[in-house]
Amino acid sequence: MNLVLIFNTFNGLITGAFYALLALGLALILGLNNTINFAQGAFMALAAYFAYTLEPSLGFWGALAVAPLLAGVLGLVVEVFLIRRLYKRDPLYSLLLTFGLALIMQDVIRTVWGANGVPLSIPESLGHPLSQTYFFLTGYRLFVVAVALVGTAVLFAVLRYTRLGIRIRAGNADLETVSALGVNIYLLRTANFVIGIVFAGVAGILAAGQLGLEPTMGDGLLMPAFVAIVVGGVGSLLGSLLGGLLIGVASGITTAYFPAASEAVIYLIMGLMLVVRPRGLMGQEGLFE
Amino acid sequence: MNKEDSNEQVQMDRRTLIKAGGAAGLAALLGTQVPSWGASETPVKIGLIDPITSTFAALGQSEIKGAKFAEAEINKAGGVMGRPLQIFVEDSAGNPGTAVDKASRLLSQNKVDFLMGTVNSAASLAVSQFANRHDKLFVCTGGHVDSLTGKECKTTTFRTCSTTWMLTAGDFETLYKKFGKKWYFLTTDYAFGQSEQADYTTQLKKAGGSVVGGALVPVGATDFSSYLIDVKAKSPDVLCLLLAGNDQVNCMKQIAQFGINKDIAVGGALFELEQAQALPEAARYGWWTMEWYWNQPNTPHVADFVKRYAAANKGEYPTARAWFGFATTHAIRLAVEKAKSLETAKVVKAMEGLVLPPEIALQPGNVFYRPQDHQLMLGMFPGHVIQTGKYPNLFDVSGIVPGEKIALPPSETGCVLPRA
Amino acid sequence: MSTPAYTAPPPPSAMQTSNLKQHLGTGILALVLLTAPAWLHYVGGYNDIASRVLIYGLAAMGLNLLLGHTGGLSFGHAAYFGLGSYGVGLMLKYMTHNVLLALLGGTLLGGVVAAVLAPIAVRRRGIYFAMITIAIGQMFYFIAIRWQAVTGGYDGLTGFSRHTLHLFGFDWTMGSLGFYYLVVACFALGALVLWIVLNSPLGHTFVAIRENQKRLTFLGLPVQRYAAISFALSGLIVALAGGLNALLDNFTSPNTLNYTFSGDLVVIAVLGGMRNFWGPLVGAAIFVLVRDYASSVTDNWMSVIGLIFVLSVLFFPLGVMGFLQRKGKTS
Repeated sequence: MNLVLIFNTFNGLITGAFYALLALGLALILGLNNTINFAQGAFMALAAYFAYTLEPSLGFWGALAVAPLLAGVLGLVVEVFLIRRLYKRDPLYSLLLTFGLALIMQDVIRTVWGANGVPLSIPESLGHPLSQTYFFLTGYRLFVVAVALVGTAVLFAVLRYTRLGIRIRAGNADLETVSALGVNIYLLRTANFVIGIVFAGVAGILAAGQLGLEPTMGDGLLMPAFVAIVVGGVGSLLGSLLGGLLIGVASGITTAYFPAASEAVIYLIMGLMLVVRPRGLMGQEGLFE
Repeated sequence: MNKEDSNEQVQMDRRTLIKAGGAAGLAALLGTQVPSWGASETPVKIGLIDPITSTFAALGQSEIKGAKFAEAEINKAGGVMGRPLQIFVEDSAGNPGTAVDKASRLLSQNKVDFLMGTVNSAASLAVSQFANRHDKLFVCTGGHVDSLTGKECKTTTFRTCSTTWMLTAGDFETLYKKFGKKWYFLTTDYAFGQSEQADYTTQLKKAGGSVVGGALVPVGATDFSSYLIDVKAKSPDVLCLLLAGNDQVNCMKQIAQFGINKDIAVGGALFELEQAQALPEAARYGWWTMEWYWNQPNTPHVADFVKRYAAANKGEYPTARAWFGFATTHAIRLAVEKAKSLETAKVVKAMEGLVLPPEIALQPGNVFYRPQDHQLMLGMFPGHVIQTGKYPNLFDVSGIVPGEKIALPPSETGCVLPRA
Repeated sequence: MSTPAYTAPPPPSAMQTSNLKQHLGTGILALVLLTAPAWLHYVGGYNDIASRVLIYGLAAMGLNLLLGHTGGLSFGHAAYFGLGSYGVGLMLKYMTHNVLLALLGGTLLGGVVAAVLAPIAVRRRGIYFAMITIAIGQMFYFIAIRWQAVTGGYDGLTGFSRHTLHLFGFDWTMGSLGFYYLVVACFALGALVLWIVLNSPLGHTFVAIRENQKRLTFLGLPVQRYAAISFALSGLIVALAGGLNALLDNFTSPNTLNYTFSGDLVVIAVLGGMRNFWGPLVGAAIFVLVRDYASSVTDNWMSVIGLIFVLSVLFFPLGVMGFLQRKGKTS
């Protein structure tokens, strides 16, 4: 029994890192664009479908590099023409907008690529377990963990050390002052949104490699991302990472001992966190309170 | 931006939008399909309820294509009793409540004479109940749960696709004899999965095998790693995958990536060509049962059907689901022509014992709707997935098992129909 | 919570005419609803869809007590809708054949749960509040899916139906027509309760919370307590709608608990007009009818619905009723 516990914890960390990767883009957009992007899952799916279409010509790595950028372009269009109009209004409206957008995108995907699942192949070298005992540790999953860690680190570095990053952080704290200081906040918010979507694209493609690629794929990816952010703390990237890991491990262990509750447990954790410590594990106090 | 200006702007945009919307709406209404038959010929109407969206969409769409293909051919050959056949398609969105809504709509708005369809077992049961209440014939094309022609059987309900018992009995012997006695079940937690598992367990216990472990997985699960850890820990001979369409594809990919299928035989009951298409080459393995397959070199009429269907569907080959839609539409036509009437009671009587002619059955053996439970005695096509196959050659059928032989005898199904 | 623009109260003489207008409007609505089965067929409708419109309308109006009138962005009200429907289903399946008793049971179930969860949920505001409601909703969704023995799991709860009601010595058969009138009756009851609440000091407090929560706190008002009351009441009404929905389908499933359905209810309220009493009913009519029609004529009905969401958010933030009221004022 103990071995199962160890395995599930280890496995939970790997799955958790994946959830954290899903959460990165969403967290960014929640911060500066003040939007719960219900279309995040749809963007993930879309990028994965782009990758599927590009794979024959560019290979897996080429598709992984290009497809998120294509998704980013769509994100740019969405931000400039749709979301930008709603900043002055109650956050309810941008929420509903992304909700509607998710429906449209899923339908378009189904119409263009068909309702049947399509296979996104991962490189042969990565599709094998790295050890006999730890069979669930494949090269591919390790790669996903690496991308999650590197992605968090890169984003952290960008936010801390680059001009763009500093402006985004300042904008999170006080957008009006930032604007008064002469920064083009429209450009800032657009850039923020596009970065968030590009991250979603990367996450989506990596997800499609190990899960299935079909039009409703985004639905199952959105909620864990959401929960990871809330648990980890809105406004903290490290928090999202920790949040993801926490729910990954919790879910894995629950599956081993009490499988009936393995999905409900992550919402239970989220609910408890919101009641007891709404800023999450590492969030900033006072944000949204 | 000045608030006044932005309000103006919104108002301007709004007016244009309303005008455009009005025009589009009017165009859509006017452009709505008006049947092109003469007013004197009232068409024979069938309501087809199937998922066009949702996770079951691929299967539902295949069924619809099969039915539409049959409709076109029937109308070209003169229709049903000389009247045109009209199939109204509604999207159940994989949801039993919506399926019943649509059935209601089909009856009140389109005044259909018969109902057919559904993929999801719960939707099948819901529509079966609804149709019975309204005394309309319902032929289930794609919901497999045993109870539909078992405990919950109805005089007005027939079924074209198999029962879960037939599916499991189709390849149980193969899996048991070839691979071993210790089985682990990974099952999706809904009626269909549970039905398959119960049936396999009964047969396994009878043969002297044992269930070393099992887990129920919720519909839509994406990550199976924790479940697979348990599978490895229990080291079964056979890992029996009884998962919903897309979930099965996901799981098979992960099993391949973890190398589990190297030591443990993977197999199960229902497998569809649509699922095989969604698998990357590395994940193409396993021993399953299909309910119909296009590659039957020794059966007459099949090759011709495949050719005609592919021509009408841009080169796409018919799957079992497509055949369900096709056969059901023809079955209704045959029953109506035999009864010479559209009255439910008469058509039901005509359908009991109805034998599908070879060019409709498209498989060897005696394919008929059993009168005691209204279940079609279709053949099972057990086999294994061809790893290096190219579409459409993705499955190798090891033999065709006649449905009559493996179906539960009517007395054991739990179905009690009033015998007129 | 949000603070939209403050609208000045209308001058007294205008109030007299607006009161008359309101009563006339309500009267016309009542007439339309009571006679619907007679003329519905001519416009391509059927009784069941009218019932569906009223059920969704009631649910959206209940939600709107919290959303539009108190300013609480709840994206998890499907939970109470679902509780109401499962409550009715379970009661009819195991305990009673009396439809009214079952409705009472389902409504109370949803209402009580909402009342218990309310004080926890309202501790936070804005997007955090929305997120708590989503978490609650999803928890109930997964409980419904996994607690097979009670709820029937993913496949839903079957084995119950709406039996003939024996009332005061005569039989009220629950076919499509009979049931429709039950829905009208319950809708009227729910609307009456909402009307009374909104026009009472309690209702004014709700609106005050929506307009300026901080100020109220400084004035010493226990804002959270009132927000919780609004939450609980809205949950109660939504549960009633859920119970009726189960009766309409003779079936219920976890889909009624999913956050996508919660989202549908919010859109219905916004589409129809959050600030208007009957707004959500208008929204429900548009939503149900368009979805029914669109899904029959095109495979891409999801895009149509999504487009309606997007367009209503961009161009009709005050909803259809808000738009009409504006037009009335400026012309």
